[in-house]
Parts: sequence; C-alpha cells; structure tokens
Amino acid sequence: MKLTGAEIFVECLRREGVETIFGYPGGAVLPIYDAIFQQNHFKHILVRHEQAALHAANGYARASGKCGVSLVTSGPGATNAITGLADSNADSIPNVCFTGQVPSALIGSDAFQEADIIGITRSATKHNFLVKKVEDLAMIIRQAFHIATTGRPGSVVVDIPKDIGFAICDFEWPESVNMRSYQPKTEGHPGQIKKAIKAMLTAKRPMLYSGGGIMNAKGSAALLLELSQQLNMPVTNTLMGLGGIPFDDRHFVGMLGMHGTYEANMAVSHCDLLISVGARFDDRVTGRLDAFAPDAKIIHIDVDPTSVSKNVHADLPIVGDVAIVLQQLLDELTHQNKSSDTEALKLWWQQIDEWRAKDCLGFDQKEDEAIKPQAVIRKVHEITKGDAIVTTDVGQHQMWTAQHYGFKQPHHFLTSGGLGTMGYGLPAAIGAQMAKPDEQVVVFTGDASIQMCIQELATIFQYQQPIVVVLLNNAYMGMVRQWQEMFHESRFSHSYFDSLPDFVKLAEAYGGVGIRIDTVAELDAGLEKAFAVKDRFVFVDIAVAREENVFPMVPAGAALNEMVLS
Amino acid sequence: MKHTITVLVENEFGVLTRVAGLFSARGYNIESLSVAPTLDETVSRMTLVTRGDENIIEQIKKQLNKLIPVIKTEDISHMVHLEREMLLVKTQASSEVDALIEAFRAKLVDADSDEYRIIELTGTADKLDDFLGKIGEFGIIEITRTGPVGMRRGAKGFTIE
Repeated sequence: MKLTGAEIFVECLRREGVETIFGYPGGAVLPIYDAIFQQNHFKHILVRHEQAALHAANGYARASGKCGVSLVTSGPGATNAITGLADSNADSIPNVCFTGQVPSALIGSDAFQEADIIGITRSATKHNFLVKKVEDLAMIIRQAFHIATTGRPGSVVVDIPKDIGFAICDFEWPESVNMRSYQPKTEGHPGQIKKAIKAMLTAKRPMLYSGGGIMNAKGSAALLLELSQQLNMPVTNTLMGLGGIPFDDRHFVGMLGMHGTYEANMAVSHCDLLISVGARFDDRVTGRLDAFAPDAKIIHIDVDPTSVSKNVHADLPIVGDVAIVLQQLLDELTHQNKSSDTEALKLWWQQIDEWRAKDCLGFDQKEDEAIKPQAVIRKVHEITKGDAIVTTDVGQHQMWTAQHYGFKQPHHFLTSGGLGTMGYGLPAAIGAQMAKPDEQVVVFTGDASIQMCIQELATIFQYQQPIVVVLLNNAYMGMVRQWQEMFHESRFSHSYFDSLPDFVKLAEAYGGVGIRIDTVAELDAGLEKAFAVKDRFVFVDIAVAREENVFPMVPAGAALNEMVLS
Repeated sequence: MKHTITVLVENEFGVLTRVAGLFSARGYNIESLSVAPTLDETVSRMTLVTRGDENIIEQIKKQLNKLIPVIKTEDISHMVHLEREMLLVKTQASSEVDALIEAFRAKLVDADSDEYRIIELTGTADKLDDFLGKIGEFGIIEITRTGPVGMRRGAKGFTIE
C-alpha cells in the first residue's frame, strides 16, 4: 500500500490505539494536519500554546494510563514544548511529541522556523528521533511508543521534516518492536525477593515508602495495599505516589518529605527497614541525606537501575516492574508461610499513633478571619466525595492539596513533582477531562501559577469541559514568599503582585462562570454553587489568608526529624 | 580513581553526542573518548576514560546503559586488560630525536626533511607520556593523541552476543 508520510503518521497512530492528540499547527506540520483533517480515527484537541499541548497530553496519560501524544510545528512550536517534555520526563509520564522540522534539504541552513530540536531536547527526553527517510517513519513511531511506555516511562520526540510528510513509500506496519539495545527488566531477581521477605518478616519497625512507580505499573496499588495489610506495615507516599494507598486506610501515615506529616517523617527517621516501591529518594523527600532513615536497612524496588543507590545506598536492590515485583513478594510471603514479629509491630504502631496524635495538619478556622486555604481544599474533598481528578500547579496550594485533599485511588492526583512546573495544572486538567469525560476534574491553583497557562481557558471553553478551577488567591507567590519570610528575613523580593486581573471577569470573558469568595461565610455556598454547574467551566477566585504558611516543613538541608511544625 | 569503560553502541546518528552530553549534563569527568565502527558496521565500540569513586563509576555505567542506543558497557579497569594509545608528534630534526625514536621503538613516518620529524608511537598512556617528556627538550612542534583503546585479556570477547 503506497502512502504519504502524513498518511503513515495517521495510520500508525490509529494502530497504536491513539484516541486523542493535543497540538497546534504551523508551517512544517501542514502536510500532517492535512492528513488529520481527512481522518476520523483520533480526535485532535487544539490548545493555545504548545507548552499546554504537552501538559494536556501528560494529564491525559496520567488519568487514562495510556500514552500521551502531541503534535507541534518546528522552531518556536517545538521550543515551546520543551518545558512539557522535561516535565513528563522528570515525572516518568509516557508522552510522545511529534515536532515538525524544516524540509530535509534546509536542515542546518538556519531556515525560517528552524531549530535543532534533536539537540535541544536530548536532555529533556528519554529518547528522540529525527526521521531521515519516509521508509523509516512507521518503525520510528513504533519505537517511540515502545520507549515512552515501557521501562521507566518518559517523553520521546519524533522530529519530522516537512518533505517526509509529502514523500510516498510502501507502508508496512511493523508487527513487533525488538531493540537489542533497549530491554527493560521487568521481573525481580528471585534471590532478592526471598531476602526481602525475610527482612520484612524479621523487621521490628518496617515501613513502606511508595512513589509514582505505583501509578505507572498497572495494578500495583492493590498489591501495595495487600502487602501493607498482610504484614501490618505503615505506608507513606511521595507527592507523586499519593492515591497509591487510600488516604483513610489505617496503614497510611501521609506524605513524607519537606511538607510531609509529622508521623511519616518520624516513622522514616526511626524505622529499621524502609521498603521503597517505585520512588527515587528525591531531595524533597530525604532532607539531609546523612540523617535520612539512619537506622534502616533499605530495600529499593524500581524499574530504573539508575535510581537505585543514586542518592541513598540500597542494601537490597530489586530492579523490576513494581507490579510484578510486588506480586512476586506476595507469592513468596504465601510460600514462606511465616508471620511477622507481631509484638514488635504492636509497639511500632503505638509509637506511630503517638506521633499521629500530634495532628500536625490541624488548623484553626475562625469565622471572622480570612479563609484558610486548607479549609477550601477540605470542603472541595467533601463536595466531590474525594473522587475528583485533581490537578495542581506548583507552590503552597500544591502542598496544601497534597496534605488535605485525601486521595482514595491512583491516577486522581496529577501534579508536577520532579520539574515543579508552574502552569501545569490547567492544561493537565484538559487532558484528564478528555481521558475521563464523566469524572469531575478540579484544578487547585494559585494566583501566580494560573497566569502561566491561563490562555487554556479558551481551549476548555471550546471543548465545553465542565472543569472547576479553584484559585487560592493570596496575591503572593506564596511559596516564594514563605521561603523569603523564613530564610531571607522577610525581604519579599518580587514575590507579590499588585496588579492581579479581575479573575471573575476574565473567566466570563473566556466563556465560563466566575465566582468570587471573600469570606468564610460565603465559602460553602460558593463552592457548592461552583460544583453544581455542569455545562461549562467555573473559575472560583477565593481570597485566602495572605500569609498562611505550609507546615510541617523540613527546611532545606535539615533532617526529616528536624521539621518545623508551625 | 581512573576507570576505563568500553561501550558497544548502535552505530547511528547522534550517538556520540548522547554519550558526551550525558557526561556534561551530570558533571562527570571525561578524560578521553575514542570511537569507531566494529566489524559489524551497525555497531560502534567506544573506549572511555573517566575518573570517580566507585559510586560515581557505578552511576556512569548505569546512566550509559540507560541511553537507548547503548547495547552494553563494561568497566575493564578491574579486569586483566590492556590499553594502547597512539601518538603523532612533530619535532625539530636532530640526532637526539632520532636516538629517542630508536630507544622507544617509535616509527618515523615522515623523514623526508632535515628540518622536522613526524613520529608515530603506540603504547600505554604512561609510555607516551614518558616519550613526550624526553623528547620535549628537543623542540616539539605539535602533538596529537588518540586517547586509549582497551580490551580484556583472555579468550572471551566483548561482543553484542
């Protein structure tokens, strides 16, 4: 069958099972857009800025468990996409981005809208490809999806010169992909599995610490819960791992790290066995490295060998897919048929419950004072019954959401963890809503973050998505202000805005419903009203306590047990 | 400590930049890097000399393996192995230089002139350093070195199989 490169693009996406892509047209991708116009296998969602295409594809991937796909033009289209590529790569989200390129004959001539995208994206992606012949296109697309979705997932760029879109060749679909240089390991070493179970059974103060790997490995959340219940082990989650275990399960002690709970950080600091499941000992998790889990033997389960013993030495590394490894562990546990040290665990839980009793996330909302941001998040949890797909931007609101929303299930908390990208939340919500049209999608954002991708309100309006945007407005870059207050003697250098727009009018101008909430008395009714709207987006601008800080907090460079509680 | 790592990679566009970029992005040292296709021309072999403690070297090996076109890596420093490097040096002509060529069993590759000599010497990096140290006082015009290539001793090969 003879097809043009652009037709091959469409055909390959169809065969990869792609249902939705996010993009923005331009000169170098016109042949591909022409082919997209003439097909109905997948939807194309038109964003308003290429960065948003990547974040939307990321949100789509995380909510659906499928690969995100985006299409942008050469030069500025592709450079605008870079933040999203780096973001997906840092958070291990499968995201394939097709970039247009100037015609092959012009590459290297500083042509109009030419940029060396392979060079620029090398360190922001898991891998990238330049298509040099139309005959290679189908195999490259196949490999791009394979690389993005297997092993430790990430972003992949396929750079397609304009002439490739027009060029014709015999199309043949590669039935399988096998790359001799890329063979991710999936099963854990049986010897290590045996040792790990032995360590878990003899530990007196064991602790599970799970991350974003639980989101990527299908079915692993249920296995994690089972392991924690069978061995009665406490579980803490990283930011990326929230929802990996239900927030109200007795074994869950909250998030750990810089803004983790008192009980989680104290438990990590005192445990004698720390089992890391799909997490990577990020600096925001560990605090000062030499004081991290000082008494613990460390088991590290991860699909990415480079994550093991990178920051913290693993006494027992297990490289493999966490779902497979967790199943192996459960099977081995059944096989060994021994019970854990119940006496020691009883004491361990007594200790944890004492730490818990500190109620480190408690706050006091007085009726006549400014609205506490924490109260807003708890109210939204109540209205949505904790079932919403929640996206955030980056900063104080992100940490409060992580601490207070209470996630019941995986794939419901979409946030930029590794790269910390302000502007992620709104476009990610577009992708999530595309993946899950029947679920409630909520964006928690701040007055600084929201302005980084606010043009996407137009996309939300165009596709009639009933997304609720909850803006915790303190007229500050809250987290920057908090650090300046704590570590720079309150010199608030460029961290506040005295020219914020009227967000209600702005929302209305974009075709949505705008609601402003100023007082505690208005809060419940205002939020109920917002969530009652089902036919368009709602933007709720909430004036919150301006100088509220996020606590607990482990100051940068301090140990986890040196956290500041208020 | 100095480590010599051999790497088999897909012989494709951009692979050298990926390896070099990895070292600069993660702040690893790279002392030398030599690369050429193998008999199977879809595969290239690199010899890479780097420095770092055991943890860093372990990370370097893992990070190299993580690059998609990297097929295999091996740190040969801990094995019985040999390393050879080639040097070309252009010097002023003199009888002292000719004597050193003789002593080091170096090869005179351009001797047509009474004015200068171009000498080729192959050996360990130490031998090359030694030679350069001795010949230095007789007027070096320019030098170029390949960086070492290495191989394990013994019958077993480092191949893609």
